[in-house]
Amino acid sequence: MSDIDFQRRNFLKTAAGAALVTVAPGMLLFDVAHGKQIEAGKVRWGMLIDTAACKPGCNDCVTACNKENGLSGGTAATDSQWIRKIEIKDISSGREVSLPMMCQHCEHPPCVDVCPTGASFKRADGIVLVDKHRCIGCRYCMMACPYKARSFVHEPLHDQNPDVPRGKGTVESCTLCVHRIDQGGQPACAEACANKVILFGDLNDPNSEIAQKVKAVVSTQIRADLKLNPGVRYQGL
Amino acid sequence: MPKLDIGKGGECVKDTQWMRKNHMHMLKHQRDETVHKGNREGSSLKDCIECHASIKDDSVIAREDSFCVACHKYEAVKLDCFECHSGLRKSAWLKRDAK
Amino acid sequence: MASYSIPKLRSHLFYILMVVAGAIVLAAMFAVHAMEEHGHIITGMNNQIVWGMPHVFAIFLIVAASGVLNVSSIGSVFNKPAYKVRAPLAGLLSIAMLAGGLTVLMLDLGRPDRIIVAATNFNPTSVFAWNIVLYSGMFAAVAVYLWTLMEQRMNPWSKPAGFAVFIWRFVLTTGTGVIFSFLVARQAYGTAILPPMFIVISFAWGLAVFHVVQAAIYEWNGLHLDEYVQKRMRNLMGVFVIASLYFVATYHLTNLYFARQTEFERFILSEGGIYPQLFWIGYVLLGNVLPLILIYLPALDRYKRIPLASLLVIVGGFCLLYVFIIGGQAFPLDIFPGYSVSSSFADGEIGSYHPSLPEILLGLGGVGVAFLITAIGTRVLDFVPRELPKK
Repeated sequence: MSDIDFQRRNFLKTAAGAALVTVAPGMLLFDVAHGKQIEAGKVRWGMLIDTAACKPGCNDCVTACNKENGLSGGTAATDSQWIRKIEIKDISSGREVSLPMMCQHCEHPPCVDVCPTGASFKRADGIVLVDKHRCIGCRYCMMACPYKARSFVHEPLHDQNPDVPRGKGTVESCTLCVHRIDQGGQPACAEACANKVILFGDLNDPNSEIAQKVKAVVSTQIRADLKLNPGVRYQGL
Repeated sequence: MPKLDIGKGGECVKDTQWMRKNHMHMLKHQRDETVHKGNREGSSLKDCIECHASIKDDSVIAREDSFCVACHKYEAVKLDCFECHSGLRKSAWLKRDAK
Repeated sequence: MASYSIPKLRSHLFYILMVVAGAIVLAAMFAVHAMEEHGHIITGMNNQIVWGMPHVFAIFLIVAASGVLNVSSIGSVFNKPAYKVRAPLAGLLSIAMLAGGLTVLMLDLGRPDRIIVAATNFNPTSVFAWNIVLYSGMFAAVAVYLWTLMEQRMNPWSKPAGFAVFIWRFVLTTGTGVIFSFLVARQAYGTAILPPMFIVISFAWGLAVFHVVQAAIYEWNGLHLDEYVQKRMRNLMGVFVIASLYFVATYHLTNLYFARQTEFERFILSEGGIYPQLFWIGYVLLGNVLPLILIYLPALDRYKRIPLASLLVIVGGFCLLYVFIIGGQAFPLDIFPGYSVSSSFADGEIGSYHPSLPEILLGLGGVGVAFLITAIGTRVLDFVPRELPKK
């Protein structure tokens, strides 16, 4: 080959290498940002909520969540609410249903997509969390969430639960009581419900109670049309 | 050197000089392990506080000579951790919370 | 035209303006300090309306910063000489407004002390993260472009530099539009028309700001703007205003067609209280109809028409952004289509928002920053357009 061909070949190699080096971190980060599971067939935590058993006017799950996580329990516009009871009424039939709503821990979370710093992220076991160390408080995730799951901390906090750090200027939401789950426990709301409305477990484990029940009964995801594949499913809607 | 209330004290992680130079790196590495990977092995901030919180008021930040405050104030390095994290020994917090 | 006393007044005027603008920026810094100290609870923003007045100001400034460069593009890329001499001033305005808008955005963060975190942790799927690159790149691109314009030896490079800036600002304004486009769940947003709408709106707002600034500079320095240039720039703004109204109209008309969007449109256009008022009176009437009358009515060619029309366009722009950003959040998420809902978290309820003083001060602070940069820039460097000799 002539000298020019060698030069061209080297140029192309270098250019391709440079392009790859430029693009690769973005591609790796893309996976990190989307919380893609590094190993398939792992745990996926989820909940199945039996709305038929959920009593209107009962707030036990909310009270338990507030106590567990150190929330004030206030319902002013600036107060954090990680879980709330929603009363819904079918406009055409008039049928009324009561249900708890919290972060739906989507498989394709819009909040994770939009977070500029990657503070909003999905753990390998499916739990969607906010890394408060990275959160800059831009509230973009709050705009993006279809379920209004997230709250912003509007004032300085004191006397936080040592297991649940939370602070002013960051965004927060239901953590599926990750501090309890990691020790083999249940979320506080699931434990507190006297009517056993909230069933928590590993959706990927075919032997778990939740996986078997999800297979047996009719359940839906809220706003399933958005194709986010939330980990929280609802019976009776 | 600032006057320091080391709480229960003793050495469970590394020697004092190493900790002085590297505790911030250790905390940062550990926090990413815990938050992103759920790896709660090794020392968590709660464990540090368990030993180093003052015997008198169970806190690492309550007074001028509290374990974290004394040196940070001396070195004029702002402590950001306790905006979110509790500075109390967990056992003490549970007792207070139960009341 | 200038008598002996006028130069002194001009000089005094400059310093008076510096003091006023400086005071506004200082007040804004005080508001920011209060927000950092006490948290966002002192503002009107809450868990339903998470973005408020600061974002209205910031997005106006950023969109106008992109659009004002049209003046430069028409000069450098499309080679119109009357615009070419205005290119440096447009570039300065762009930098000034971008700086002002970013100041507001960054200081409104819950944790503004974590800007470094934002700069070093980059989520490539987040348009906010991309905007950090686009906005800072914009500063650099415009700075280089200004250099090619003002350094005589670099003049041959002004065309490629101008072209680069032209492309960059289209990407940047698209980036601003998709912030909202990507919000799939919100009925006000989640549509692909927003980026082109923002781009065309940027043309109108950018030119309006340019007119106001140009008029002020000429008035305060005893200069006269040539009638031919006035007419061309005025007509151009008319075209941009019509085009942006078209996009806003299309956005709403399309929405009205979808049954699932009808309630939202009814809220924005008729039943939402402050929002329809601001939309129809603030944006459509004051921000479009009145300026178009002022621009196109073949009455006496009075000099003051353009600045007035431009100011109205700007007022209309703020009204539109208030309706878009705040009205868009006030309308509740439709989490259970077909159901009426109620909860302790304002589900199913119209969000309530009242602009607070700290927010307004912060927004004005951004304008103040832009003003200071522009005023000091034109005073110290050669930004005032050097008019071409009449042909």
